[in-house]
Amino acid sequence: MEPINAIVALMNFVVIPATAYGAQLALGALGVTLVYGILRFSNFAHGDSMAFGAMATILFTWGLQALGISLGPIPTALLALPAGIIVTALFLLGTDRVVYRFYRRQKANPVILVIVSIGVMFIYNGVVRLIVGPGDQFFDDGARFIFTVRDFQAWTGLDEGFGLRTSQAITLITAVIVVAALFWFLNRTRTGKSMRAFSDNEDLALLSGINPERVVAVTWVIVAALATLAGVLYGLDKSFKPFTYFQLLLPIFAAAIVGGLGSPVGAIAGGFVIAFSEVTITYAWKRVLAYAMPDSLEPSNLVQLLSTDYKFAVSFMILVVVLLFRPTGLFKGKSV
Amino acid sequence: MSGANDGPYGGRGVRDASIVNPRAGGELVTPERSGDATPAEGAPFLAGRGMTGGYGKGPDILHDCTISVNPGQIAVIVGPNGAGKSTAMKAIFGMLPLREGSVVLDGQDITALSPQDRVKAGMGFVPQTNNIFASMSVEENLEMGAFIRQDDIRPTMEQVYDLFPILREKRHQHAGELSGGQRQQVAVGRALMTKPKVLMLDEPTAGVSPIVMDELFDRIIEVSRTGIPILMVEQNARQALEIADRAYVLVQGANAHTGSGRELLADPEVRRSFLGG
Repeated sequence: MEPINAIVALMNFVVIPATAYGAQLALGALGVTLVYGILRFSNFAHGDSMAFGAMATILFTWGLQALGISLGPIPTALLALPAGIIVTALFLLGTDRVVYRFYRRQKANPVILVIVSIGVMFIYNGVVRLIVGPGDQFFDDGARFIFTVRDFQAWTGLDEGFGLRTSQAITLITAVIVVAALFWFLNRTRTGKSMRAFSDNEDLALLSGINPERVVAVTWVIVAALATLAGVLYGLDKSFKPFTYFQLLLPIFAAAIVGGLGSPVGAIAGGFVIAFSEVTITYAWKRVLAYAMPDSLEPSNLVQLLSTDYKFAVSFMILVVVLLFRPTGLFKGKSV
Repeated sequence: MSGANDGPYGGRGVRDASIVNPRAGGELVTPERSGDATPAEGAPFLAGRGMTGGYGKGPDILHDCTISVNPGQIAVIVGPNGAGKSTAMKAIFGMLPLREGSVVLDGQDITALSPQDRVKAGMGFVPQTNNIFASMSVEENLEMGAFIRQDDIRPTMEQVYDLFPILREKRHQHAGELSGGQRQQVAVGRALMTKPKVLMLDEPTAGVSPIVMDELFDRIIEVSRTGIPILMVEQNARQALEIADRAYVLVQGANAHTGSGRELLADPEVRRSFLGG
């Protein structure tokens, strides 16, 4: 038995990747939960908003790379992020102006907005493919690793090691900063409080002089920022392909619902629950177990509960279980 | 919420809270732009005069209904169920389009103003239900009440806390966790935060116990002593008439009796029809 090697292997293959993935899902789920709380519908176009945001950032990144501007070891994409966020915010605000606002004026039932958002999703889908194509795009540059498995082995002399990729570290740091800023904004600023008030009681917010159109506009800007960030971080960590972002919709919704739709804390918790479940269930445990168990019990097969092809089934199962047994989610959202 | 259960499918499939937020959206219709206030001379401080109107294209609910209140007064609207009491108040607040009649506040004809603009013009309105931000703290509720103000709101907040000491004690608690009577105090406090020229309360004692009701009435009298005129719809006709400087009995959307609270309490016909003898 070599428990230290087991822990290190676990860090390398499960904890670090799942934490980074969880942070990306959490950022995505925060956007979904904000739209749900304030515009009162589930935004099916969110995955493709992420794709659009990532695409916009990639285009700016390529521009910067062509000009020879870089941040050294840090990916150039971070420099392009603000521009990507602005373009995405304008894109979402434009969509709201030409599509969602019409239905809001009609006081349309939210379920109609859900269906409208599916239409918007297809349009975004097409727009992104038209601009950047359906294939994989790479835009990661700078140093790939902060430290590699080999570095770690050299430092510690262990058989196993874990590496930390730059994209993973950036994901975590950015997620922490963004979430802290978002919570500060929602709980401490006048505009943030007015958004919560609007989400809580629309009529009373109106009677208090809160301008609903402004609340909606601020919401879209924040959602655009969160979607772009989530999209870019995911793209840096894996790669950018429009279809993958469409598929991300399921784990993101699962995260938002597991945490409790409408609850920002829940969205974050849900993101990590989904990410860790997905990674642990699709990981082949043979290597970790070989270290963690006595030699005589060493597993002979891979000890992989599900093939990675089925990783979406994990989100789906969790979703079903939560909706059956705790429909309000972990943090008492509004899905009562 | 209207709309959810209409249509050929009877609203089936629209209650899935995982895709649709079940918390009702607003019912208030926000007009693109509201009209302007025009000067009006020689009217009481707040008055709805000759109000006639109904919802949408439906029949009239109010028929030539007139209600007014002056500074320092408490005016109450009482009447049997379905008499149009709340509707009359909504009409004054601009939530019911008027076919005839006008609304005057502080020498200005505000008939053309939207509800939001009436708040800015100085109306404080406390709806009967959903009148607090349940998921926000008491203090945040008061802050949101003062949203339209740009000046320092702390003195007003202190005044509200002095009026309702229990709110000071619970200011960091979520308003939704408070008791019914305390919630009503939050609701009234929220409306007072705009420093309104007139306070309108729609059945403030609905659903609270008799003891709490007496306390709420005491508080309302205290608010009125600060000089704010109060217009109130009440179902507890007898208690309401006891504190009323002016009282209106509505029947089927029209003025049936008008006078001071004492006069109406003494009126044998009012006693017979509304107060049970």
